[in-house]
Amino acid sequence: MAEVELKQENIVYAKSKLMLDNVMHYCPGCSHGTVHKLIAEVIEEMGLEHKTMGVSPVGCAVFAYNYIDIDWAEAAHGRACAVATAMKRLHPDRMVFTYQGDGDLSAIGTCETIHAAARGENIVAVYINNAIYGMTGGQMAPTTLLGMKTATTPYGRDPRLNGYPYKISDMLAHLDGVCYLTRQSVHTPANVRKCKRALRKAFENAMAGKGFSMVEVVSTCNSGWKLSPVKANEWLEENMLPFYPLGDVKDI
Amino acid sequence: MAEKEVKLMKGNEVIAHAAIRYGCDGYFGYPITPQSEVMETLMELKPWETTGMVVLQAESEVSSINMVYGGAATGKRVMTSSSSPGVSLMSEGLSYLAGAELPCLVVNCQRGGPGLGTIQPSQGDYFQACKGGAHGDFHLIVLAPNSVQEMHDFVADAFDLAFKYRNPAMILADGAIGQMMEKVTLSPQRPRKTDAEIEAECHSWAAYGKPADRERNVVTSLELRSEEMEKINQRLQAKYKAMEENEVRYEAIECDDADYVIVAFGSSARICSATVEIARAEGVKVGLLRPITLYPFPKKVLAELAERGVKGFLSAELNAGQMVEDVRLAVNGKAPVEHYGRQGGSIFTPDEVFKALKDKIINR
Amino acid sequence: MKETLIIAGFGGQGVLSMGKILAYAGVMQDFEVTWMPSYGPEMRGGTANVTVILSDRRISSPIAHEFDTAIILNQQSMDKFESQVKPGGTLIYDVNGITHHPERKDINIYSINATEECAKMGNAKLFNTMILGGYLKVCPVVSMDNVMTGLKKSLPERAWKMLPANEEAIRHGGEIITAVHTL
Repeated sequence: MAEVELKQENIVYAKSKLMLDNVMHYCPGCSHGTVHKLIAEVIEEMGLEHKTMGVSPVGCAVFAYNYIDIDWAEAAHGRACAVATAMKRLHPDRMVFTYQGDGDLSAIGTCETIHAAARGENIVAVYINNAIYGMTGGQMAPTTLLGMKTATTPYGRDPRLNGYPYKISDMLAHLDGVCYLTRQSVHTPANVRKCKRALRKAFENAMAGKGFSMVEVVSTCNSGWKLSPVKANEWLEENMLPFYPLGDVKDI
Repeated sequence: MAEKEVKLMKGNEVIAHAAIRYGCDGYFGYPITPQSEVMETLMELKPWETTGMVVLQAESEVSSINMVYGGAATGKRVMTSSSSPGVSLMSEGLSYLAGAELPCLVVNCQRGGPGLGTIQPSQGDYFQACKGGAHGDFHLIVLAPNSVQEMHDFVADAFDLAFKYRNPAMILADGAIGQMMEKVTLSPQRPRKTDAEIEAECHSWAAYGKPADRERNVVTSLELRSEEMEKINQRLQAKYKAMEENEVRYEAIECDDADYVIVAFGSSARICSATVEIARAEGVKVGLLRPITLYPFPKKVLAELAERGVKGFLSAELNAGQMVEDVRLAVNGKAPVEHYGRQGGSIFTPDEVFKALKDKIINR
Repeated sequence: MKETLIIAGFGGQGVLSMGKILAYAGVMQDFEVTWMPSYGPEMRGGTANVTVILSDRRISSPIAHEFDTAIILNQQSMDKFESQVKPGGTLIYDVNGITHHPERKDINIYSINATEECAKMGNAKLFNTMILGGYLKVCPVVSMDNVMTGLKKSLPERAWKMLPANEEAIRHGGEIITAVHTL
């Protein structure tokens, strides 16, 4: 095949130079890869690649540090917002964000999340809500929908047995330290673009010292949901979005 | 003439002064009796207005230790303090700190347990402090002060050791040392390290924002490949061995001609030094071996004392018998080793220890 | 010289600060000093005590179980500490609220009615320095100059206007202390 010379004006898309070439461990169809890409792009476009520290969680995104070419600290399960608090307080000129799943941020780490938000820490939490524990093999998350089957709710989530799912973004909206809460998704190209704008805004808030921002990304887990990537996107639209509606929850 | 900075201070207060003067970058803590004066003093001194030190009251000890993890991950000198139940909550964080090889300082002003227990002094956390105290094979560097002056001095020593070995260090005090006031000479104020100095010192590992001239740094304790994880463990063990070879500290009081040796640390050692005086006055040749580093433990000197012909050792602790196991391992059967202790916040008297020495060792 | 002293009474009587004044005075006098309080819930309205040791040598144990001197300011403390005064030692007590007076014959016993004197003077805040004055009269372990320096160091600057009144209370305490039984 003849080599094609790409002219600058013909390039419509390029991978962020902050995205490393490591092969991703995520399942095909998973939302994580898309969100990683968006974060890398935002950091690059804001010129923050030498000033950013990421805090990776325990969960599927534990290896986030293998994919974005910035400094990282890997936190204990749920503690990312506490870890990020100190990093930012000790380096107020830096960009510090956490990247956490629903189990990490809104189950085991609820306390750390709420208090970092209440204190108005100038950090960003990127919150991947796919209503399931992906890494440990598809168990119930606090965000698992009623009736949804998981490894620990094999007959479907029953509120009498398993309690109700909750929306932590809505809960955090009541806190004075929080400046920006938004619920996004990456299941269509249009949503991907919106999600990127939301991430950019959150990162700008943190650098401007406006307080705590969180971008919730309503995501798919096609392995955990036992659906093909396409079916998972459809399921998300039909089941997740009615309970976790997209849009800004708080923006001040 | 400049006034010498001799002050009368509580052990807990002096921790705060020493941290500021050492050039500590951040303190993250949660109140618990009997150590709350550490953060209270810091908040009163407002070091963020002078040295730039960050002081933050966290929502829990779990959060405190993870803030310490975050701060340490960026190469800063950070610390927390708590008392026994709070330190239990920090166990997870300590394991992660050790696993990620992060230097930091944790002060445990012990109280009696188990559970909520009492707020009175105890040494019941020896096992927790010295035997890892959380999951995985790791050690903290553990220093045991027996005076307010040592509370002051060990802040600098612990930070220096923590950075030398990239390992968390603990000052294992107790309610008595924390609440007591004594004379203390404060060290001069040292400047905090600049960001440039930290970047030079911690270039190879810390996460402070990846500069153009190096690869990204990832602070983590995770390694799923078992052959790699084993290598990490071997490196940690080599580090602990180096500590055992180079960092053992102890005080030997009247041990040279001693027929019997009391082994005690921290506040117990203060009490037992009075026991030595009482015994010597009665013509009984008793010495006191005070481990200053509980980890690494002064095994060698104990083995030498046993070898030299000491007739028996009494490990006097404010617990049910914890350090005595290390004393026995060191003495290795060459002489009898017994334990005497009080628990639940009760404290033994010098006479009580002497009686125990007679009952359990001398007249046995 | 070694003086092992316990001051025991109710929280709010100024027990801990009395010990602090003495400890500071000891520092001024180049003594080794330890000040070891009871702490915790006891501080809040219950009984409070502090052990102060002044010595011209290194102090081995900061925790004592018998005392050269006990200053006792309520009945609970009398019940607990009368027996812990060393034979030949000294017990000083404020008579207010004491129902069972000390009975030992092998120690020096002094009483002081500082509660009543303070009430007469209309200033209950001078209670602890008046007691301290009584103690220093019978056990002059530190000089008055150093006590005044200790007092100044243990008070926040805004309270320094109280220094003359406290000095007078210390002096007056020395006048009103009464021997009950001496060896």
